[in-house]
Amino acid sequence: MEPLTPQRLKELEEVAARVRARILLAVHHAGAGHVGGPLSCTDMLVALYFHILNVDPNRPDWEDRDRFILSKGHSTIALYTVLAERGYFPLEELFTFDAIDSRMQGHPDMTKTPGIDMSSGSLGQGLSPGLGMALGARLLGKSFRTYVILGDGESQEGQIWEAAFVAARYQLDNLTAILDYNGLQQYGWRNAPGEHMFPPIENPAQKWQAFGWRVIETDGHDMAQFTAAVEEAQTTRGKPTLIIAHTVKGKGVSFMEDQYDWHARVPTQQELVAALAELGQSDLLVISQGGD
Amino acid sequence: MTTTKAQRVAFGETLVELIDQDPRILVLDGDLANSTRADIVANARPERFFEMGIAEQNMAGVAAGLATLGFIPFISTFAAFSAKRDLDQIRVVIAQPGLHVIITGAYSGILTGKTGKTHQSVEDITIFRAMPNMTVVAPADDVEVRKAMHALVYDLNGPAYLRLTRDPYKTIFDDSYHFQIGKGVVLADGEDVALIGTGEQTVRCLEAADLLAAEGIRAYVLHLPTIKPLDEEAIIYAARRTGRVVTAEDHTILGGLGGAVAETLGEHYPTPMKRVGWRDVYGESADNNALLEKYGLTPRHIAEAAKALLK
Repeated sequence: MEPLTPQRLKELEEVAARVRARILLAVHHAGAGHVGGPLSCTDMLVALYFHILNVDPNRPDWEDRDRFILSKGHSTIALYTVLAERGYFPLEELFTFDAIDSRMQGHPDMTKTPGIDMSSGSLGQGLSPGLGMALGARLLGKSFRTYVILGDGESQEGQIWEAAFVAARYQLDNLTAILDYNGLQQYGWRNAPGEHMFPPIENPAQKWQAFGWRVIETDGHDMAQFTAAVEEAQTTRGKPTLIIAHTVKGKGVSFMEDQYDWHARVPTQQELVAALAELGQSDLLVISQGGD
Repeated sequence: MTTTKAQRVAFGETLVELIDQDPRILVLDGDLANSTRADIVANARPERFFEMGIAEQNMAGVAAGLATLGFIPFISTFAAFSAKRDLDQIRVVIAQPGLHVIITGAYSGILTGKTGKTHQSVEDITIFRAMPNMTVVAPADDVEVRKAMHALVYDLNGPAYLRLTRDPYKTIFDDSYHFQIGKGVVLADGEDVALIGTGEQTVRCLEAADLLAAEGIRAYVLHLPTIKPLDEEAIIYAARRTGRVVTAEDHTILGGLGGAVAETLGEHYPTPMKRVGWRDVYGESADNNALLEKYGLTPRHIAEAAKALLK
């Protein structure tokens, strides 16, 4: 991995702001989709696809590429947007999100979209195929690495823990899971006593360590810190690594942040204008309206 | 017909044979290798055998990940579990992407070695044939297990469910037999009634044909080792030839072989039918003969169904 220079970091932050705006534009255009989760993992996806992953947008099937799985598949519009910004397919295609015959399906579909390494959408399922890819890389003697972004909500699924156990058993140090720890899920335990809702999962570090994983905690919106965490994971031997990325659901737009009702809400025209202004991306709104 | 080796032994031996000729073949086990006989691989070719523990959901996902790299994984557990414990995983990461993973269901049907209803798979054929992209195969004997496994590796590029039995019964095919995915096999000709079987029940259809022959009734016997894609042409031919059809399967009559044949004939060539199989019930633990008798799966039950159609 190249060092992340201050100049490069600034560029990536600009990409992330654009990605956030395009996510909102696409969801607004489709009249459907998720918002909170995609904004929560945007910075990590940008860091991965623009800096960390060894990938080639012109060869999405390149056999030595690093593999990436978005286990929390409902955040797929963030992944599509990052892939489009990276050059996997035209940016205009984002406006076909959720439309009939589109390659931009409501959840990731590896049979349709260039750059999608595994289908997902039914929660809790992404880590296991990642385990298979990491195990397969070892069998093939290949050095590519496999990354999986998990949601904290889907950590309630038992399969995650099946995979956690088996990945440690096989000492898969070429496998890195990233927990998008934003503390909110679609509905959750809303009537819990006290001021705060229960988070989807408590003490994830303890749990994953108990399953035999290396655990690194980081800020999921600080791309320099996140990249350093991934580098640390890459040097870990003999066990898989979980990066707990502390994030904010709806990050980047003040009135969406930490609001669980923005899990899957479509912004109105007025909200869209306000959000893009906050992101410093109002020019994209003009372009999008011109293109409608 | 001679007494023969169990399907599960043929399964383990054929895996070794495939592994020796093809670096893509891997076996994932759900902690049942010494029952399913995937342990034949664990002992002979341990580098291609991966224990996944008692965690079927993860096992299905791992197989999908391996398949994206060009491996052809066999998932091995009991039919009762392979169709249910990991059903959504099979749907989302194997069937929907159309990945070449072979899901094996050992100890299928009612003859599971006195383990009872939790370990008997009454509805696996129905479940898997309802899944788009899925091929469903239930061999009749050990020879066909071997031939089918080769076909599922070399003549298919997508997911398949292979339904296997536990105990040795009889071998009806010899090594010259040519298995083709999606093709029925005519085992006996006759014009009075057609007996259509899948899996080991095809062997009992042949025995039922002998019982009927003793009473002067000439049965046509069609074996359908592939339940999906279904050989509709062969089914319609059997119905035209005889005008009466009995289906036989060690499985519920709802949506399995009997259901599939009824759908085909209802649409293309309505024909009087009887379905021999489990009649919408769960089983129990007992020895094989007692179970076959109580749940109506013996050659005599098949012959009686045929005679009822002839009345």
